[in-house]
Amino acid sequence: MLMRRVIACLDVKDDRVVKGVRFRLLRDVGEPAGLAQAYAAQGADEIVLLDVSATPERRRHAVATVRAVRTHLAIPLTVGGGIRSVDDARALLDAGADKVAVNAAAVARPRLLDELSRRFGAQCVVLSIDALRRPRYHEVIVRSGAAPTGIDAVEWARTGTRHGAGEILLTGIDRDGTRAGYDLELIRNVAASVKVPVVASGGGATVAHMLEAFAAGADAVLAASLLHDGVMTIGALKRELAEHGEEVRP
Amino acid sequence: MKNDVLVIRTGAANLASVAAALRRAGARAIVSDDPSRVASAPAVVLPGVGAFGPAMERLRASRVDVAVAARVRRGRPTLAICLGLQLLTLGSEEAEGVGGVGVLQTEVARFPDGVRVPQMGWNDVTPDASCALLRSGAAYFANSLRVTRPPKGWSAAWGSHGGRFVAALERGAVLACQFHPELSGAWGADLISRWLVAARGEVATC
Repeated sequence: MLMRRVIACLDVKDDRVVKGVRFRLLRDVGEPAGLAQAYAAQGADEIVLLDVSATPERRRHAVATVRAVRTHLAIPLTVGGGIRSVDDARALLDAGADKVAVNAAAVARPRLLDELSRRFGAQCVVLSIDALRRPRYHEVIVRSGAAPTGIDAVEWARTGTRHGAGEILLTGIDRDGTRAGYDLELIRNVAASVKVPVVASGGGATVAHMLEAFAAGADAVLAASLLHDGVMTIGALKRELAEHGEEVRP
Repeated sequence: MKNDVLVIRTGAANLASVAAALRRAGARAIVSDDPSRVASAPAVVLPGVGAFGPAMERLRASRVDVAVAARVRRGRPTLAICLGLQLLTLGSEEAEGVGGVGVLQTEVARFPDGVRVPQMGWNDVTPDASCALLRSGAAYFANSLRVTRPPKGWSAAWGSHGGRFVAALERGAVLACQFHPELSGAWGADLISRWLVAARGEVATC
């Protein structure tokens, strides 16, 4: 049986791991290669590295960071942030990424997903969706532009997989960093609408939150703050998930 | 003793991950798509990420398909990963009418409806008693199609996703994995090490 995954997320800015809590500044929590390795040793099933830097040198930094992380990392590595073309993706894959996550560029030009999946296979293409709860639906938000798009997140997930995305990384951004639990309605609606796996992100702080996300249809959960703050190790977290009957990798 | 391992440049695969895993196992990784080097290298990896049709087209254009077929037939140390395994078969539902390398007498089909596709994540691998390299454990998969019928003369390991499927095949120093050993943590690293040891033995007796 395919197991539930616990994925450690590293937000990287200028070669340092940072974590933004909704109302606070980004805090420096460590060096990417060391943290990735530590989480892998704890039992992380994958590492996601999101480049949140905004400097003109970001691509050079990102490629060097990916290379350093890959040297010792023996589990899958997804890299996102600023990928706009097949060439951007190839540079990251050549440095040691296994999957690339695209967000704003795919909203602006969905054919990017077709180009990436034709070249590298659908299993290599992660569509990252940031969604904000509105009275009647979840709206896709492009964070880099801080711009509401008017697009329905569930509809976009479906469209994105038709264009070749092989996985959805779904963030309820009103929950991000709040430790209030995942946006379950969002997870339920997207997971029921697509065939590809869905990774729940934003707000997960306890084992109970993760169990809720799995019950809502998530195939994997993303964790950041609770790991960086040392609230819980991935090992302890997965042992508890197993005790609650979830099939996880020991 | 260091193994020299030639990793076939397929144009799409996660070569850096494969090369990094080989280096961690103490091997030297050389990337090439020169058919004569593929034929003569002591050990070869056929990595696989991408689509069956274009990947097969590329192998044919560089004549690497013939070199790989000869290696597998003679039992020369070869490790095929994910799409790499699928390329060794007769053909795939992913690309109707495109023949594979054809050294594994079986075919590749889509997963049935009702399960997540791609199969993405960790799944249990259970080897037949006749397997020498493959052991039980959790492996990382990322595939939309799979083989369900092992070819005659090969030992198989099994997984389950919408029914039983072939997680890996082995015969001597030839190992074909539907999963990604390079991404399967310590379990995958151990498998790569065992294959490298088998590869050294095979080369020594050649």
